[in-house]
Amino acid sequence: MASKYSKDLLLTMYRKMYLMRRFEERAGQQYGLGKIAGFCHLYIGQEAVAAGVEEAIRPDDYMLSGYRDHAQPLARGSDPGMVMAELFGRTGGYSKGKGGSMHIFDIENHFYGGYGIVGAQIGLAAGMAFASRYRNEDRITVCYFGDAAANQGIFHETLNMAVKWKLPVLYICENNRYGMGTAIARVAAVPEIHKRGQAFNMRHEAVDGMDVLKMYEAVKDAAAYIRAGNGPVLMEANTYRFRGHSMADPATYRTKQEVEDERKNDPIPRLKDYAIAQKLAKEEEFDAIEAQVKEQVDAAVKFADESPEPSLDELWKDTIVEEGEEDVRPRERVLGAKVTNWPKYPSGQELKVTWDLEPREQAEKADKAAGLKR
Amino acid sequence: MAELMYREALNQALAEEMERDANVFLIGEEVGRYQGAFKVSQGLLDRFGSARIIDAPISELGFTGLGVGAAMVGLRPVVEMMTWNFAILAMDQIVNNAAKLRHMSGGQLRCPIVFRGPGGAGGRLSSQHSQALESTYAHFPGLKVVAPATPADAKGLLKSAIRDENPVIMIEGERLYALKGEVPEGEHIVPIGKADVKREGKDVSIITWSRMYYFCEEAAKQLEAEGISVEILDLRTLRPLDEEAILATVRKTNRAVVVEEGWPLAGVGAQVVDIIQSKGFDDLDAPVVRVTGLDVNMSYAANLENAIQPDAPKIVAAVKKVLYREGA
Repeated sequence: MASKYSKDLLLTMYRKMYLMRRFEERAGQQYGLGKIAGFCHLYIGQEAVAAGVEEAIRPDDYMLSGYRDHAQPLARGSDPGMVMAELFGRTGGYSKGKGGSMHIFDIENHFYGGYGIVGAQIGLAAGMAFASRYRNEDRITVCYFGDAAANQGIFHETLNMAVKWKLPVLYICENNRYGMGTAIARVAAVPEIHKRGQAFNMRHEAVDGMDVLKMYEAVKDAAAYIRAGNGPVLMEANTYRFRGHSMADPATYRTKQEVEDERKNDPIPRLKDYAIAQKLAKEEEFDAIEAQVKEQVDAAVKFADESPEPSLDELWKDTIVEEGEEDVRPRERVLGAKVTNWPKYPSGQELKVTWDLEPREQAEKADKAAGLKR
Repeated sequence: MAELMYREALNQALAEEMERDANVFLIGEEVGRYQGAFKVSQGLLDRFGSARIIDAPISELGFTGLGVGAAMVGLRPVVEMMTWNFAILAMDQIVNNAAKLRHMSGGQLRCPIVFRGPGGAGGRLSSQHSQALESTYAHFPGLKVVAPATPADAKGLLKSAIRDENPVIMIEGERLYALKGEVPEGEHIVPIGKADVKREGKDVSIITWSRMYYFCEEAAKQLEAEGISVEILDLRTLRPLDEEAILATVRKTNRAVVVEEGWPLAGVGAQVVDIIQSKGFDDLDAPVVRVTGLDVNMSYAANLENAIQPDAPKIVAAVKKVLYREGA
């Protein structure tokens, strides 16, 4: 039986996963060389999640993440050189080196940031989704967070509102089974995070996050459901990080055997084997992709290395918006490339808010039944 | 000019700004059908609908995060805190996100949001409901902090705050909502960052803000009767501080008393004294004196509650101290 997937789709997903993997391996290496400092949380092992999500949604859908945030923007199309330069703390980075590893922002590609406080982005995502509805746009917001974030208060507070107000947001819990060094089962009353959606009458599901095709299918379906106005979805992608929590973590809290077993599930060779078995692509085509990606990552490291440190007068910029200060387009600033898809928002005058959070007729009916006067 | 209550002036500012810009919306507990816990949002639900006047669940952290997210993509949320005491639950979103988004994104993001609600003590609500938290927020780069004393300033500052491209904390006086004053109709703007000389005088400057202004006025009247001419500078904005206005009034009177409702340690008043001593030392004829709330938690007992807060007699005594008069 022929595969239901196009060659193009499979190769695109392969290229993205391979880019994420190579980029992160080089980031780890550069950390070892002292070029990258602070925390550096690698995504190695989890690539199927970001690659599957990206092909299943629209490029103009909003996205945000936690502190393990280098790879997801790469899947969106962010410039690897600018991400690497940010890790190096250099002017060429997306945030001019002011955000670093945990705060990659690429607004042009609708990636609204990595956040260093566990779970904080869950609330922000609801607000971005709220804005889409407020403006009658049909874009959705995709919010990544880890299994540990599901124990934060903001997770519960936000899910409640998201369901009640039918916000177009897809919450993807990347359950890699460990919150830093603590196995989720040790601290969570319900370690199957997706089941918590039940408490809020929220559509919820678990997906094999080591299988890019399963991720792709599940997200495509969930995105269509959300875009149709049905409200949010909580998706748990069961995945595994092959490395420690951050570069500073030797990961002694899990056995060698466990990691070896999980490595057999590596999503990257898995996709390659599938495509070859389905006769959709040949070994040489993968070799070519791998060679191109290696060059791309080499170039990224070179770009980051050659990019200067920010000047000291940068200290006093980017804290407060001064009057009349213009928007900064990072790609234009760094690469001199013309930015064409910088987001533009309708002015207040053009905007007509037609949506009701609490339809008036419904509210009045409920009041009348209860004998209340509005 | 119309005489309006402080809460009505705020209501007018909100309505005018929502009329002017459809990106502006209000979210908070009881702001809609209940018409506002302190009636600031009275009538707005009927006028603007439930998508723009949003009754939030009691989830300060959650709905504050929602507001910040909406501001990141260009809406202009006004987040009402039922009181600033409850906003302590939302600190992470205000401080770790709203205040830092612009910096962490290298200038890619703006966060035009207003967090507003009542602060300060009074009404015998004990410790958890009686805090002047201005200095808490004034501490953080990336935030602006305003605290109006009069209905006219309340309207003008709220309009500025809503139009500002940055996160603005607006701490209203819980005990001021029913206070009346003349408020200009329509386009009345008070710029953020500009203090206001509310009373001209030549012997001593009292520097203050929000509700404490009224105690300072009371003290000034008593002192006037004794032949002491008092100037009162109402800071109105606590971040950024209007250094020029602070130094100008000290240059004029050569003596200063700084009055604040909050606790003394790391208070905004401490920063005002630092500005005066480091940049206006040569203009001083006496050390600056501070009047603050006592360094204790607020009590329920009426006499203790009164004793903890600054009042006119304490301010009179402080003025006499900087003038080296009796009782000092």
